[in-house]
Amino acid sequence: MKILIIEDEKDMLQNMQDTLVKQGYIVESASDLDSAISKVGVYDYDCILLDINLPDGSGMDILDFLKKNDKTEGVIIVSARNSLDDRIRGLNTGADDYIAKPFHMAELNARVKALLRRKNFEGSDLLKIGNLCIDSEKHTSATQHGEMELNRKEFDILTYLATNQDRLVSKSALAEHVWGDHIDQADNFEFIYSQIKNLRKKLKEVKADIEIKAVYGIGYKLTLS
Amino acid sequence: MKLLNYTSRYFAWLLFFVLTGWAVIFYFQMLDEIYDSMDDGLENQKMLVIDNLRDLDSVRLKSDFRDGYYTLNSISEYSAKGFKDTYRDTLMYMKNEKDYEPVRLLESVFKKDEKYYKVKVITSMVEEDDLIEDLLFSIIWLYVGLILSIIILNNLILKKVWNPFYNLIDDLGNFKIERDSEIQLQESRIEEFNMLNENIENLINKSVRSYRSQKQFIENASHELQTPLAISINKLELLLEEDDLQEQQATRIVSVIENLERLSRFNQSLSLLSKIENKQFPEVEIVDINHLTHRILESFDDFLRHKKIKIELNEIEQLQFSINPDLAQILLTNLIKNAIIHNSDSGSIEISISNNKWEITNPGEIAIKAKDLFSRFQSVQDNSQSSGLGLAISKAIADVYNIHISYNFDNRHVFSLNFPLHN
Repeated sequence: MKILIIEDEKDMLQNMQDTLVKQGYIVESASDLDSAISKVGVYDYDCILLDINLPDGSGMDILDFLKKNDKTEGVIIVSARNSLDDRIRGLNTGADDYIAKPFHMAELNARVKALLRRKNFEGSDLLKIGNLCIDSEKHTSATQHGEMELNRKEFDILTYLATNQDRLVSKSALAEHVWGDHIDQADNFEFIYSQIKNLRKKLKEVKADIEIKAVYGIGYKLTLS
Repeated sequence: MKLLNYTSRYFAWLLFFVLTGWAVIFYFQMLDEIYDSMDDGLENQKMLVIDNLRDLDSVRLKSDFRDGYYTLNSISEYSAKGFKDTYRDTLMYMKNEKDYEPVRLLESVFKKDEKYYKVKVITSMVEEDDLIEDLLFSIIWLYVGLILSIIILNNLILKKVWNPFYNLIDDLGNFKIERDSEIQLQESRIEEFNMLNENIENLINKSVRSYRSQKQFIENASHELQTPLAISINKLELLLEEDDLQEQQATRIVSVIENLERLSRFNQSLSLLSKIENKQFPEVEIVDINHLTHRILESFDDFLRHKKIKIELNEIEQLQFSINPDLAQILLTNLIKNAIIHNSDSGSIEISISNNKWEITNPGEIAIKAKDLFSRFQSVQDNSQSSGLGLAISKAIADVYNIHISYNFDNRHVFSLNFPLHN
């Protein structure tokens, strides 16, 4: 899987690159519009992460370029939070997703993975981890021993942790993803714990060979057991 | 007191004194003139009487005025010597008026055939009390007339003259620096008004410039802060995933992340606040507030259950309002979150919705000092997680849509949103 990150902020680029490389992707980068267009023109990517504000122009130009050349790369727009215009314009011009800065690395990972899944499996959105099979389209998850009965929150938690398999997902990243960002750090996210507890119980019931570990009380990690 | 009335009041007092003084002088002058002409008349009559008597052969004495306007008495030579014509006022019974009325009387002495006679000639005189009364009434009428004319003059002419001034006052009253409204200055023929306009224009331009640059600064600062904050948080997240990390180090990193996230949230709130104030949320649609409330409460469901807070939702009526949906959500979320955070475990929250009012109540012991409650950085209780901007953001949103937001304490904290009826 080849990913192109178009981002002018060097450190930001580095972070995204580190995170995606860790996930096993081949990552290339461009830090301005010119080099981005020449890269997009020559190579094919599975996914492009696109910052809208570039030093020599708007990232929107890349979307136009892709459209004109009938390129089917999945594009995730990366832009400052609250710039509603960017989001609407970007999604109208053919971007597949939008992620607002600042974001958690786990969130970035989840978005990229979801996009690649959607693109490569054309609709059937199956995520297999161990003996567990999660279908985000139908909102079901099951092992050979049976189907899990999960409420929406539990399902979201499971999917999010599964997408970030073997990576530490902090409570705030989890809360923001599942409950929305207005939940803040209220109460130090203690309320997440009871959800995790239920989820663990339900995973046990279907004999899933994965486990959710608490890491130093700062977050969770889903691993194969 | 209005400018027009203010000047009118001074005019009234000034006129009062001037007219009173004038009336006194006029009265005495007129009286003087009347006496003068009366005395001339009497003198003439006296001379006619005397001439007439001298021409007669025998003089018939007349002791009263019964059949004429004079009396004639004979007097001794002694009394006649050194007698000079004298005018005086006296009273005489007037048949027509059936009363004693003042008359002017001239006494004179003349000699005929070595005999001395005293002649008294009268003429009816101005009744001073009547004169004064008449004069007083005239003066009052004049005064009232003058005052009325001044008021009319003021209201018609001065009002017209001062029109640009009053327009300017209206404009200034409606001027809101945060709304980018403009003041239409009217060119006037009056130099002072033009000077005033010019100075006001300068002042407004200066304020608008400094307001904008200040706003720009906040916007830029929060924008510029966003990227380094995001980078730092992400770097620390990557650091956390390193395998050889010890628990103590990890918790320290997490603590740094948490603080950076707080800063980042605060920063986002600040930039959201500027965006709301800049009206950068133009899309408006009719939002079902009841439905929205349900949705927000649902998203807080786990949190509420964890804190064992009971929610009592009292939907008296449906409330619909055309507003930007994102802002509507932020507005209600902030108020609900506020009620959750400032609540005790196993506490309760009451929300009531009627067709123009949305109200949220949570228990509390003492009233929050409401004065600056809705201004920036008013963290009411020592809550390290609160940015102190939540209520300010709610207020800013409410202001944009003319929703009246208020706080009350009635043994419980009550925050209300009063929606304007016509929207």
